[in-house]
Amino acid sequence: MKRTETRTFDYLRRDKKFPGVWCAGCGIGIVMGSLIRAIDDIGLDKNQIAVISGIGCTGRMPVYMDFNTMHTTHGRALAFATGLKLARPDMTVIAVMGDGDALAIGGNHFIHAARRNIGITALIVNNHIYGMTGGQASPTTPTHMLATTAPYGNLDQPFPITDLSIAAGAAFVARSTVYHATELDRFIARGIQTPGFAVIEAVSYCHTTYGRINRLGSAVAMMRAIREHSIRKATYERKPVEERDPQAIVRGVFHDEADKPEYTALYQQIIDKATQEASQA
Amino acid sequence: MNTELMQGNMACARGALAAGCRFFGGYPITPSTEIAEVLARELPKVGGKFIQMEDEIASMASIIGASVGGLKSMTATSGPGFSLMQENIGYAAMAEIPCVIANVQRLGPSTGRPTSPSQGDVMQARFGTHGDHPIIALSPTSVRETFDLTVKAFEFSERYRTPVILLLDEVIGHMREKVDLPTEALLPAEREPVEVPPEWYEVYGESPTDVPPLASFGQGYRFHITGLHHDVHGFPTNRLDEVQAWNNRVFRKIDNNLDDIVLTETQGAEDMQTLVIAYGCTYRSARQAVKMAREQDHPVGLLKLQTIWPFAEAQVRALSEHVERVVVPELNLGQMAIEIERVAGRKVHRVNRIDGQMIEPAEILVRILER
Repeated sequence: MKRTETRTFDYLRRDKKFPGVWCAGCGIGIVMGSLIRAIDDIGLDKNQIAVISGIGCTGRMPVYMDFNTMHTTHGRALAFATGLKLARPDMTVIAVMGDGDALAIGGNHFIHAARRNIGITALIVNNHIYGMTGGQASPTTPTHMLATTAPYGNLDQPFPITDLSIAAGAAFVARSTVYHATELDRFIARGIQTPGFAVIEAVSYCHTTYGRINRLGSAVAMMRAIREHSIRKATYERKPVEERDPQAIVRGVFHDEADKPEYTALYQQIIDKATQEASQA
Repeated sequence: MNTELMQGNMACARGALAAGCRFFGGYPITPSTEIAEVLARELPKVGGKFIQMEDEIASMASIIGASVGGLKSMTATSGPGFSLMQENIGYAAMAEIPCVIANVQRLGPSTGRPTSPSQGDVMQARFGTHGDHPIIALSPTSVRETFDLTVKAFEFSERYRTPVILLLDEVIGHMREKVDLPTEALLPAEREPVEVPPEWYEVYGESPTDVPPLASFGQGYRFHITGLHHDVHGFPTNRLDEVQAWNNRVFRKIDNNLDDIVLTETQGAEDMQTLVIAYGCTYRSARQAVKMAREQDHPVGLLKLQTIWPFAEAQVRALSEHVERVVVPELNLGQMAIEIERVAGRKVHRVNRIDGQMIEPAEILVRILER
């Protein structure tokens, strides 16, 4: 345990930016810790890592970490990341986004980044709400739940992030939670090591807005609820369909296609062909 | 030198290649699409990258990302796409990331008339995004000048760490002219290398030129970029002294270099009593009108604005001082005329069309001759 703390410390801009913006008890810091441990476990050079975010609570994550970091406009992290990755295929490019950032305003960029299978790791912190603006409904707010902009209950269906990612063409898709931090470490590491587009959904909570509006209790109570409602994918799939809880948080790797051709590698083939033709002409 | 027949959009693409552009992210839109088509074919031949993004918002984001990765980057669009790019143009201005945005103007508002020329985006180029920031916008009047000003756009974007807008219009973009283009790479204003050790590097630090050098991601500097107001390290700040210091520096870096940035050409200034001020495709009609007036012994001068923003205040003030009349033709309802009136301190005689048709020389001539 001691070793883990020291390791994390080495990756933080600790003299510059702390204390952070997140509420005490927030799950986003746990996801950041997981990301750092995953990077450390793989043994990547800090100089070769870019972490790019959009807007919102999760959008503030890059500033605390000692990498090449960019906090962009709302929803556009993956579009910025696409330009950087194509310009610098040698770099490890990670986009961290909240559910609203990735799937509402950034939904189009999300499906198209997956469609291209470009070598970016998309880490989505899903707390089912807009936290920074104070508790408005997001594209993953469950139907019937309350939000400041859904005071009579949310009418919309939530996006199933893993299904959406697979359908759009992502090479690696996994889900874990902030309670299962070591599992989350492993999934993030596998995502980063996947050459193509990887999506890791980190299920979190927002006790400050979503929890308060829906009377779900403290951060501890919401963390406990995640533990109680989550189930490993293999266990879930062994159950007869009628016994499966549709509200369960199913954890596991949903798609793994590591050999799927990656976009910038394919583009390099175009460069090789075009430069060869140009030199012959 | 190699004589070729080509349209303005192709000259724009060729200028970009000559200037060292190695990344294009864009989305198809009439009348700019040829720029993307040429670069899709040509960029990989020189090791560059082309990507067709899912929309113009993503296109603008992608070129900023690529520029941060160290590649000279551009996109091309027209009015509706230019509107979508505005938020990220503001981001590039705030984060001081070099990039070039070609906007081949078409008739608006909204979808308007996609294949008709317009100069309706002059004010959008200046004030299109929210908040106050300086901008550079250039507007060519011919195919050859499109090549030259595209090279200039890259030069300015690197030298001043700013987005630069290239305002073409449908006529300049699609018109074909005979040109002799330099075949060698021009390599203007390479990005100033960062030479300090990482622990000393300040990506937004004070600098004698007011343009701190920009390190690329992956070079070992590990800095932060944000659209929030930030300190010298790029970290968000709410300190008023740091916010004001940024404001002052980004305006200073443009305002102190107007001699370099503001490009104009004047003819007939020695004896003129009437001054015509024009830019873009409208300049071509104005030039003909001035020639016709001169043939009738009317002393008319002509000021061509190649740099639209920052506005050529000194030139307009000096030239308009001693003339009886100032005539400003443009394919909008006076977006540049109001700026000229502000600077000249007098009413100008306007010639405007917003029906998608060129202003004919005779229409300008009438204004020149009327008493």
